[in-house]
Amino acid sequence: MTVLSEYLSALNAAGIETTETGSLTPASVWRIPAIAWERAAELAKIRGWRWSAGWGEDLGERLQINALLEREGRYLLLRAEVPAENPVLPSQALHYPAADRSERHTRDLLGIDFEGGDGRRWTRHHAWNETEHPLRKDFPVGGEPPETTPPDHDYPFVAAQGAGVYEIPVGPVHAGIIEPGHFRFQAVGETILNLEERLGYVHKGIEKIAEGRDAEGLARLAGRVSGDTTVGHAWAACLAMERACGVEAPERATFLRAILAERERIANHLGDLGAICNDVAFAFAHYQFGRLREDWLRTQRALFGHRLLMDRIVPGGVNVDLDKAATDRLDAELNRLGRELDTLIDICDRNTTLGDRLYTTGRLTVKTAAAFGCLGYVGRCAGQGFDARRDAPYPPYDQLTVKGVVEEAGDVASRFWVRYKEICVSLRLLRVLLGRLPESDIRTELPPPPAGAEGLGIVEGWRGEIVTYVRFGDDGRIDRFFPRDPSWLNWPALERIVLENIVPDFPVCNKSVNGSYSGVDL
Amino acid sequence: MLRQYLKMLKTGIKTEPVRKIVRDPDVERLGAEVKRRVDRDFAGSLAIREVDAGSCNGCELEIHALNNVYYDVERFGVHFVASPRHADVLLVTGPVSRNMEAALIRTYEATPDPKWVIACGDCAVCGGEFGISYVSCGAVENVIPVDVKIPGCPPSPAVLLAGILEALGKVRKKK
Ligand code: SF4
Repeated sequence: MTVLSEYLSALNAAGIETTETGSLTPASVWRIPAIAWERAAELAKIRGWRWSAGWGEDLGERLQINALLEREGRYLLLRAEVPAENPVLPSQALHYPAADRSERHTRDLLGIDFEGGDGRRWTRHHAWNETEHPLRKDFPVGGEPPETTPPDHDYPFVAAQGAGVYEIPVGPVHAGIIEPGHFRFQAVGETILNLEERLGYVHKGIEKIAEGRDAEGLARLAGRVSGDTTVGHAWAACLAMERACGVEAPERATFLRAILAERERIANHLGDLGAICNDVAFAFAHYQFGRLREDWLRTQRALFGHRLLMDRIVPGGVNVDLDKAATDRLDAELNRLGRELDTLIDICDRNTTLGDRLYTTGRLTVKTAAAFGCLGYVGRCAGQGFDARRDAPYPPYDQLTVKGVVEEAGDVASRFWVRYKEICVSLRLLRVLLGRLPESDIRTELPPPPAGAEGLGIVEGWRGEIVTYVRFGDDGRIDRFFPRDPSWLNWPALERIVLENIVPDFPVCNKSVNGSYSGVDL
Repeated sequence: MLRQYLKMLKTGIKTEPVRKIVRDPDVERLGAEVKRRVDRDFAGSLAIREVDAGSCNGCELEIHALNNVYYDVERFGVHFVASPRHADVLLVTGPVSRNMEAALIRTYEATPDPKWVIACGDCAVCGGEFGISYVSCGAVENVIPVDVKIPGCPPSPAVLLAGILEALGKVRKKK
């Protein structure tokens, strides 16, 4: 019995009427009644399905809610509809804590009420009223904002109680060169009792301003969902659009995309390895890793025309190609980086003061990681090995072997080592990709999509699985765009990771997770 | 004590070997000019407070790069500080999201006079890919006064350095 049919019979046994409405590659699509929304989640949870993404859509008279689940590399999209007049359905967050913020985001932007869930607002601060919903089609892009938007206030944080417990509010403007967000700590002495995150400060209306764009424009916007994941998000968005239009990027283009994505992974991991060391005052490693990252970015500037690789992935393919001299240069760079890393990692490993600060700090348990469905290095440090490149492969990874990296320690040190191991895997993949680069075009034309055509793009970004949903409206213009950054599932884990740690270790715990603010605020 | 000194003398300087860095002549020239002006107008130390007011974080990555060993802006007297109270310059990125609007204004007010504001990146200069919407104010100058604009998406570290130099050019006038 496949995982799908097993779940289907469970739904049937529970009396939940399920209609299969075709598929949205790589997911099967099932429509269920809104009233069964929570029960379906409960049954999925028992069967080991992972909750991956959730979003809503305005279809006029009715609103559609989507929840994407995954098990053993099989994807299933659950759909329900509610009337736009009175959009209510039961929350899935009871069974999948990861669904919590997603549901609150959907409520703020579309006005869908999830009964039984956390009723507090999330993305909405004070730029629009409770009764207005920016993602409704009748809401104007410009909105009717106040003269000056007041700062967020009256947010019902969990309150501190008890003798000796005190509160530390931090942000939105932090002390370093970092994105804005607010953290509310409750501590006793140095020990953190509780942490609550309050994000949404960089919400810039990405989903709304995507509406009405053409394919090229959407790819550019997707490349700016999170600046450090420009390749990942642009790839996922282009894949979704290509599937909606029924075309495939040429083979060479898929190889080049993978080269860009692996390079992005390495660039970010190098930066993070250095930053983690820096947060525990091991400046030497910070500078060394920073140097390697800079070398890497300069090569990207020289060969691809952009240091961070923005706007290189375009609908239908890529807009950069590599000649023989370029692939030779890239190949040589791989060897150099490999050698440099060997020395550096050895120094880090033998540095006992570094070990003292990283081992056992900021532990994420396997249980918590599984409950939240943590992704990428955050999941992999605590037993969650899912890797879309290997478990739900898309071209060109369907022709390659991707070695899995999993640990169970779950501490900052583990997130450090997983990053290093992922670099090694990527170096190996890059060698294969460069060696096997097929001859073909690098771009194909997107045929005009029929109105209502939809597509799903799922790729493994450097932080983990990225899910992007796209639906076209009339004239090949975008009607709905929802990018789900892996940070959606990793941010909540940070609230657990820091518990029982001392306040001064928060920065290194935070850095080891390195969630994207822009990627979740949207 | 004597034994400790002996040990120190015998050990000498033990720094990890670093591969020689190839310095970019353009950056060196810009940096020297920055240093000259910082020495003249800021007693050798220019303090910058970076504010992300809604960026995609791409600009931040390149600002970080200014501190890596290649650029190492501290050697030109430029420091990134943790509080606006310590700052001479605000380096602002992103289209200003309305959820950050008040925080940006407060940060500006908390910065002592005389102060300079640099809008960093296309988003900060003109709203960039995000523009003005129900939740975005667009360019930084729609919210606080801006002295210097550095276009680019994101601007490279060398371009950032040139932007800082441009801001220093405006210092004399304002003072
Ligand atoms: S200018 Fe570009 S890199 Fe900078 S914040 Fe805007 S989109 Fe991101």
